[in-house]
Formats: sequence, structure tokens, C-alpha cells
Amino acid sequence: MHEEPLVRWDWIGRNWPNIQVLLEDHVVMSLVPIVVGLLVALPLGLACVRWRWLYQPTVGVMNVVYSLPSLAVFIVLIPVTGLATRTTVMIPLTFYAMAVLIPAVVDGLTAVPDHVRQSAVAMGFTPLRRLLRVELPIAVPVVLAGLRVAAVSSISLVSVGALVGRGGLGYLFIDGWQRQFYTPIIVGIVLVVLLAAVADMLLVLAQRLLTPWSRARGSA
Amino acid sequence: MVAGEGVGVNWLIDFFGDPANWSGPDGIPVRLLEHLQFSALSLLLAVLIALPLGLWIGHTGKGALFAVLSANAARALPTLGLLVLIVLLMGVGTDIPVLIPLVALAVPPILVNTYEGIRGVDPELRDAAYGMGLRGGQVLGRVLVPVALPLILLGLRIAAIQVVSTATVAAYVGLGGLGRFIIDGLATKDFPRTIGGAVLVALLALAVQLGFTFIQRLVVSPGVSERQAVR
Amino acid sequence: MITFDGVTKRYADGTVAVDHLSLEVPTGEITVFVGPSGCGKTTSLRMINRMIDATEGRILLDGVDVKTIDPPTLRRGIGYVIQQAGLFPHRKIVDNVATVPHLLGWDRKKARDRAMELLERVGLDLKLADRYPFQLSGGQQQRVGVARALAADPPVLLMDEPFSAVDPIVRASLQEELLRLQAELNKTIVFVTHDIDEAVKLGDRVAVLRVGGHLAQLDAPSTLLARPADDFVREFLGRDRGIRRLSFVTDEGVRLRTDLTVPASAEISSVRDTAEPWLAVVDEENRPLGWVSVKDLPESGTLADARPAPYGTFVRGRDSLRAALDATLLSPSRSAIAVDDSGRVEGVATREALDEALDKVAGGAGA
Repeated sequence: MHEEPLVRWDWIGRNWPNIQVLLEDHVVMSLVPIVVGLLVALPLGLACVRWRWLYQPTVGVMNVVYSLPSLAVFIVLIPVTGLATRTTVMIPLTFYAMAVLIPAVVDGLTAVPDHVRQSAVAMGFTPLRRLLRVELPIAVPVVLAGLRVAAVSSISLVSVGALVGRGGLGYLFIDGWQRQFYTPIIVGIVLVVLLAAVADMLLVLAQRLLTPWSRARGSA
Repeated sequence: MVAGEGVGVNWLIDFFGDPANWSGPDGIPVRLLEHLQFSALSLLLAVLIALPLGLWIGHTGKGALFAVLSANAARALPTLGLLVLIVLLMGVGTDIPVLIPLVALAVPPILVNTYEGIRGVDPELRDAAYGMGLRGGQVLGRVLVPVALPLILLGLRIAAIQVVSTATVAAYVGLGGLGRFIIDGLATKDFPRTIGGAVLVALLALAVQLGFTFIQRLVVSPGVSERQAVR
Repeated sequence: MITFDGVTKRYADGTVAVDHLSLEVPTGEITVFVGPSGCGKTTSLRMINRMIDATEGRILLDGVDVKTIDPPTLRRGIGYVIQQAGLFPHRKIVDNVATVPHLLGWDRKKARDRAMELLERVGLDLKLADRYPFQLSGGQQQRVGVARALAADPPVLLMDEPFSAVDPIVRASLQEELLRLQAELNKTIVFVTHDIDEAVKLGDRVAVLRVGGHLAQLDAPSTLLARPADDFVREFLGRDRGIRRLSFVTDEGVRLRTDLTVPASAEISSVRDTAEPWLAVVDEENRPLGWVSVKDLPESGTLADARPAPYGTFVRGRDSLRAALDATLLSPSRSAIAVDDSGRVEGVATREALDEALDKVAGGAGA
């Protein structure tokens, strides 16, 4: 084999518009599952706190969902949602996000100290106001920690979708493999990791803004 | 949509109903065994690396940042990208290059959960253990590990599922196992084969999950899991 | 005997936790280290079994410098009880208690028998032996903690705020239990607490430490209460020091009158002319029934027809002056009835008699 440099910058320059398209696709396919996952996890988590018996079965189901290999689920969905569509990739990712977020929502809400809850009741908060003004804000750090895990996993998992024809930046891995060409692979890995890091940082920032009282504790 | 599902079920019947798929080097038993062997080997290597390291980090408190960062990194790294890059770099032909990313991705969950488990043991307990005259190794082996066992097993379970899942993807770079059905089926537009493979992989993952639940019941003290002792 | 000889603990950042501490912990007694947080009491305790090593000075265990003994070996010979009991959650109660015997290589049956014997001794239902710690209450766990510390029959017991995490009622019963055990076992006990009442109740001797690890005073509780060495100790002892001190004064100095008791069968007419305003009525077995006011007695009949007023008793020779004083406050006659161990009346301690006894105590205190 001839000496091949690990990264050929000229290739990046020439293909930048294509990479940008893949990047956008990647962002959409990882972002939508996180948002939808959160929107579903919040009411479900609340229900699990309200009716404790719901929690064990829900977590059990979510554990099972989380253990299913992503590629297998993509494949099984193909007859329903079609080959190489965004939906095929986004549906499993939504479930993975829920699997992480529901326990986080439940943990966050149950982490509200009992004396805080009691004093809110004593001050005359209605259940809804108590939820919005007291319990949810206190749960925010735990939920955001779950969101960080879900976001980073989601971003990295999208690329597996390339094997079923729709994987955002994952396409670069297929491209590089088929042409025995390192540059796209490395560009893909670097961009996926960067994207994950940016998402993580944004969520840390969001936590600082949403919960100024916990700033002193910092973040892990 | 309903039609689509119907087609999927027919494909499954086609795949699992074909006796040819149950024998030979590309038969389900052989592929399953390959998958199991390769996953077990990867997990074993990961355990050999991560468990002692996690115990050491948790017991001494040194290198905690490394454990946490490695877990975050492993979550962010795209498995497919890592697989194709390492296999391309190391050369196609043997399965050894595939082992590297599999082990590398299985190490962090074991490492970080072992470390968190040991570190999370009530300091009073550690104090009591030393105070009664247990030596460092005895404190770790007789007190910290049994108490941290649920988290250590959780790490092992996450790693095992991760390995089974990544080994499936690794069929794309030439590894045997159940992923072959998926990748080869996709390449030849043989959808019954693809779907059949996917179902097999999902079943395997569930079996692993179930296996760990069983192991947990077996080895974790009822005093730790706070189940009522059966007497 | 445990000897602290100029012991100092200085941390890397320069903080001095214990400063040139010298004292002796006599064999077979309970010595309590007490003081506010930051006084180095726990540090001092933990230096005995080398959970912390002293920076300067020596700690001698029966004349042997603990630094010359390998820590695990040293610790196996010293019982150690801590605040939350620190029971191993993954092991059954009986196995928790047998931990040190196992470490010392006793065979299984012997270790288990010993554990069962100890569980019984600390007042635990043996049904609990095969439970796990999470199934026990805080007080029960603490009893197991004590049993575990005693398992290998160590001559020395270190107790680091063992009862401070349980509620007051349970704490009181654990304290009683400890005193009862100590009466049987005669261990050399070092007990750390921040609660001066606990210190005074349990200690044969109490070492009061002040912030920075200085010994302020080491004395028997009664001496401590009577003659605090300085303002710090006085303040730390808190209010009611005088009354509390009476707990350590026996009632033997109290003069008893035997002419104030009358049987319930006596005719009222026979007592009407006495000069005493109150009489103590007793039954045929000489047990107290109550006080009667002579001027309020009915016209005729026996004393059994009178309605007796409430009374207070103290056990002669066993209770303290404080108990005697307390008993007077429960009676309208302002006198206390002294009884023997079986509850029979020995006599009456009048207010004058108590005043005399209190005078003697106050004189002794020099205050």
C-alpha cells in the first residue's frame, strides 16, 4: 500500500458542502429524539411518581428497550417505516432517550426533600403550582444530567443508521471504508465527538441558567 | 403500515422456516456460537482490564477523573466509525483488530461503575471494617466489593450488552456472528435474512439482560438488595 | 491501662487537633472524653487503635507503645463501636458479630456460639440473629454494634459517640444496658460524646477537652460538677450543675425520723393530739400508703378511713440525694419516705434533715 496521509485536508475542503448537509441531517436526527423523548418522559415520570406501582414495570420495559442493539431495531423497523428514512433511525433513538430520561425524571422528583414538599403544602400551594414552582425546579439538575447522557448517546448512535442508509455523519464511515480512505472516517469521528461535546456544554450551560442556586456545587 | 408489518412477519417465517438456515457455516447455530464466543472473549478482556483498575481507583481514590472521562468518551465515540478506522489501520483479515474497539468500548462502563460502587460505600462501613482489624485487601474483598456488587454488576451488564451490540455492527467490517445475517442480507437485498438476523440479535441481547438479572439475584446479598431474607 | 504521653496530632495543613495530651485511662473503668466539636475527642480515641497516627508523643497500652504493633493486629484486640453501628449490610447479624473471631481464626461453630451468647447478653432477641442489618431498628443495630465489639473479648473498648444517632428513650436504655454490661465485664472503656449528661451518667471519670485539643479537666463526675477547673468547664457543664451534682451524693447522710409513721389500722383518736401536721400511713406490711394531714382527719374511725395524699419515696442506701430531694417535692408534707429494697418504710426524711444534708454537700464543694 502506498503511503497514505491520515488526513487529507484538500478532500475536506472540496467536500465541505456535502459534509455540512450530513452534519445538519445528523443534528436533526439526534435532536428530535431527545426533545420528543423528554416531552414523553416528563408526563410518564410524573405518573410514575404519582402512582408508584407504575414505576417498576415502566423501568423494566425501558431496561429491555435500552438493551436492544440499535442496528437490530433499525432493521426491524424497515418494513414499517422504510429503508433509509429519518423515521427509522429516530424512533429507536427516542425510546433510548426515554429509557434514560424517565428514571432521571423520577429520581429528580423524588429527590425533593420531604420537608420542602411539606412546607410548600403548608404555604398553600395547589398541587399544580407546587409541581411547577417547587418540585420541577428542584428536579432540574437530575433531569439535565439524564439529558446529557441521552444527548451524547443519541448523537453517537445516529451514525449506526448509516448501515440502513440514513446515518448523518455515519455516511462518512461507510464512504471511508468502501474506498479504504481514512480522511472521511476521521472527519466523521471528530465531528460526532465535537457535536456531542457541544451538546453537553450547552446542557451544562442550561443547568447553570436554570438552577442558579446549585452553581456552587459545580458539575461532574 | 399494517401491510408492512405483515410482510415483516412473512419474512421471519421465510427465514426461520428454511432448514438451510439452521445448518452449515452460515447457519444460525454457528453464527450464534461465533457471536457468543467473540462477545465473551471481548467481555472477558474488558473485565480483566477494567475490574482491577476500577477497584483500585475506588479503593485509593486515585485516577477518579480518568474513570469518569473515559466513560463520557466511550459514550460519545461513534462505534461504527471506531470499528472501520481501527480495522482499516490494523489491516483486514483476522478478527484481532475488531477486538480492540469492542474491548475499548466495554472497559469504561465496567470501570466507572466499579469505581462509583466502591467509592459510594458508606465511609462509616469502611471505618468500622478497618477499626475491627481487617487489612486493606480484606476490607476491599470482604466488605467493599460485596456492598458495591449491584453497581459492579450493572457495569458488567451494560458492557455485555454493548459488546453484543457492537459485535453485530462489526459484521460490517467482516466479523462473523449474527450481524452477518443483517449485513449480508442488506447487501443482497435478502430482507428475510436481514430481519431474521435482527430478531436473533435482539433475542440474544434480551437473554443477556435476563442472565444478568438472574446472576444479580444469585450473588448479591439480600442484605444489600434489601430483599426480605427467605428463611 | 491506656496512657497518653504528650500526644499531639498535627495535620499537614497545620491544624492541631490534639495538643500535648497526657492522661491515663485506668483499667476496668469507663473514661469519657467530652467536649465541643473540634476539641479532638474523636481524634484522641482513634489514635488509640491507630485509625489515626499521633504526630508526637506516645500512647501506651498496658505499657506497650501502640506504634510498635501492626495496626490490624492491634485493632483485633480492641473493641470499636461507632455512631451508626457500621454493620456490614451484606452479612447476617450473627455473622457481623462473629467478624473478629473469624479474623482471629476461631472455628465456625465456636464463633457462632460466641456471637449468639453476646447477642443475648446485649439484650437482643435471638430471632434477629439470622436477619440482615437493614431489618433492624437503629437501637437494635447499635446493640449489635456493641456485641460485635465484644465478640473476641477484648480488654479495651473504644466507643465513638455510639448512642448519638438514636432517639432519647432508646439512648437512655442503651446507656443503662452499657452500665449493666460494664458491671459484669469490667472492660477498660474509652467513650467519646459531645453530650455532657451522657458523660456524667456513664463515666467513672470524665475528661473535658476544649477546642484545639487541650485537656481542660479530668475528674470523677461528682468532682467535675462540684469543682469545675475553670470557666470553660463551668460553662460546658451548663445549668443546674448544683442539682445534677446531687446525683453523685448518697442519701446516707440524711437523718431519718421513725416517729412519723403510723399503721392504717390505728384509731384516729390516738393520733389527734400529735404536734406533727403530717403523718405517713403504712399498711400492715409496712408499705407506704400516703400522707394524712392531722387537722383534716375525720372525727372518728381508723386512719384507713382518711383519704391519703400523694407521696414520694427513695431507696435508702441506693438512691442519691437528688432522688431524696425529688421525693420531697412530690409530697404535700414536703418530706420524703425512705424505703428499703423491698419497698418497706425505713423512716421519713424531713425537710430539716435534707437541709442538713445539703449543707454538708455545699460545705464540701467550697462554693
